[in-house]
Amino acid sequence: MIWNQSCECMSREELRDLQGKRLREVVESVYNNTPFYKKKMDELGVKPKDINSIDDIVKLPFTTKTDLRDNYPFGLCNVKMKDIVRIHASSGTTGKPTVVGYTKNDLKNWTECLSRCFTAYGAGKEDMFQISYGYGLFTGGLGAHYGAENIGASVIPMSSGNTDKQLLLMQDFGTSVLCCTPSYALFMADKINELKIDKKSLNLKIGVFGAEPWTEEMRKEIEDKLGIKAYDIYGLSEIAGPGVGFECESQAGTHLNEDHFYPEIVDPATLQPVTDGECGELVFTHLTKEGMPLLRYRTKDLTSITHETCDCGRTLARMEKILGRSDDMLIIRGVNVFPSQIESVILGMEEFAPHYKIFVERVNNLDQMEVWVEVREEYFTDELEKMLALKKKLSAAIHSVLGIAVPIKLVEPMSIERSEGKAKRVFDKRKLK
Amino acid sequence: MIIKQLSVFLENQTGRINQVTDVLGKNGINMSAFSVAEGSEFGILRLIVPDPEHAKEVLKKNGFMATITDVVRLVTPNTAGALAKALNILASEGVFIQYMYAFSAGETANVVIRPNNIERCSQILKEHKFDLLKADTSYQI
Repeated sequence: MIWNQSCECMSREELRDLQGKRLREVVESVYNNTPFYKKKMDELGVKPKDINSIDDIVKLPFTTKTDLRDNYPFGLCNVKMKDIVRIHASSGTTGKPTVVGYTKNDLKNWTECLSRCFTAYGAGKEDMFQISYGYGLFTGGLGAHYGAENIGASVIPMSSGNTDKQLLLMQDFGTSVLCCTPSYALFMADKINELKIDKKSLNLKIGVFGAEPWTEEMRKEIEDKLGIKAYDIYGLSEIAGPGVGFECESQAGTHLNEDHFYPEIVDPATLQPVTDGECGELVFTHLTKEGMPLLRYRTKDLTSITHETCDCGRTLARMEKILGRSDDMLIIRGVNVFPSQIESVILGMEEFAPHYKIFVERVNNLDQMEVWVEVREEYFTDELEKMLALKKKLSAAIHSVLGIAVPIKLVEPMSIERSEGKAKRVFDKRKLK
Repeated sequence: MIIKQLSVFLENQTGRINQVTDVLGKNGINMSAFSVAEGSEFGILRLIVPDPEHAKEVLKKNGFMATITDVVRLVTPNTAGALAKALNILASEGVFIQYMYAFSAGETANVVIRPNNIERCSQILKEHKFDLLKADTSYQI
């Protein structure tokens, strides 16, 4: 099923014309309203009049996450605050979140994008959506919520966690569409088995999974265990949140809503565009965003794109599964984690040596992170309880920064290699290929 | 009698305890008592050795983290009810025991106690005429 035939199946020429027209408008707008972009464009000697078609996008400056952080919180706002109606934020390296603002129109367009996603998965008015993404600053919960309401479905605004209740309502309300991270879906599936809940008592048909990378193997496992069809949903808060991209019934890549977000793939080293099918860093330019439009935002996600028309009839470009990230950010159970966040907590506590290791793996399909740290000799005590209390103290401090619980392992002094240069701190043993 | 116990931090991994005993053996340090407190991924080794300060330095040089803790060393007859008698008195006097370990050989049993109030514990046992060895002999069990 297709929600918006005229946009999703538009001919490539028409689409490129539309993208060119929208790009001109957005460039004109940010040049005049956002000093950050005026300065960047002036430095490159580019004026809005130089942008005449979508091909001219290569003349424009890039935007990075650092730019967002440097302009925290509202420096990249392109409208007056009175026109912003919603604010979301995601975690950042320095403890300061990355903030995004939406106007009424932005929310309308975002909801439109999510309506396209859900319709592509085969969901509609008859469906009961259980939204088990977190509600709040995170874009997942509210984004999916309004999209599901917009297609006329019934919505259970569950948010994440409280698995027993999730399963109770899933049975009693007859949930047919489950929206959550793929790892949480598997966790729930295992719980269903453990509690010996009869799968026939469930009405589940469709899974909408995103906010973290997942594999074909995981898809198969979720589909087998829950007896559903599992679809990928792609997004990032800087661009909109979930709904930037989605899979159709052909499941031949993730369609990008490129009439709203123009995708490019560039070589992360040279920043030069690469050809269709070649892997590089995914870059988005907002074409319709009013609140905080970004030019050539570097997602750090590594993937490739094809512009061939899909079997489903959509002409929207499709991207391959994300291969990884071009920087060191870890995604743990859907939450962005920067090793530097953990480092700053450890360095802030005199009980521990300033050396650490971070191990990440998937256990029972849930991301598990463990931090190894050395206790300083002066704080070593004979009493087990006091040593355990040290662990707890660090664990609580990390929890308050990251928002997720991280087990700590105390190791012997000097057992973590010292390095003069760039020490290898992160050992990500998850296999995602 | 209050004596010094050596405590060593150890990660739970195969062969790690051997490395401590190896280092002590090679340096001619004889252990007279030995116990392990175990956490989920680390443990604390507790040792009675003749010269705890020296042993601590030796271990430190070999990469181990160690600390010295005061404990009470008690000797009782190796007979039924002897330990119970001592512990009953401590309990009735409100002395809380954080941990203890004990072993017997021949006529006597040796008990190492880490109470919440070490001076008081030692005092009570003395008042009740329990045999608390003097520090100079107590390291040889």
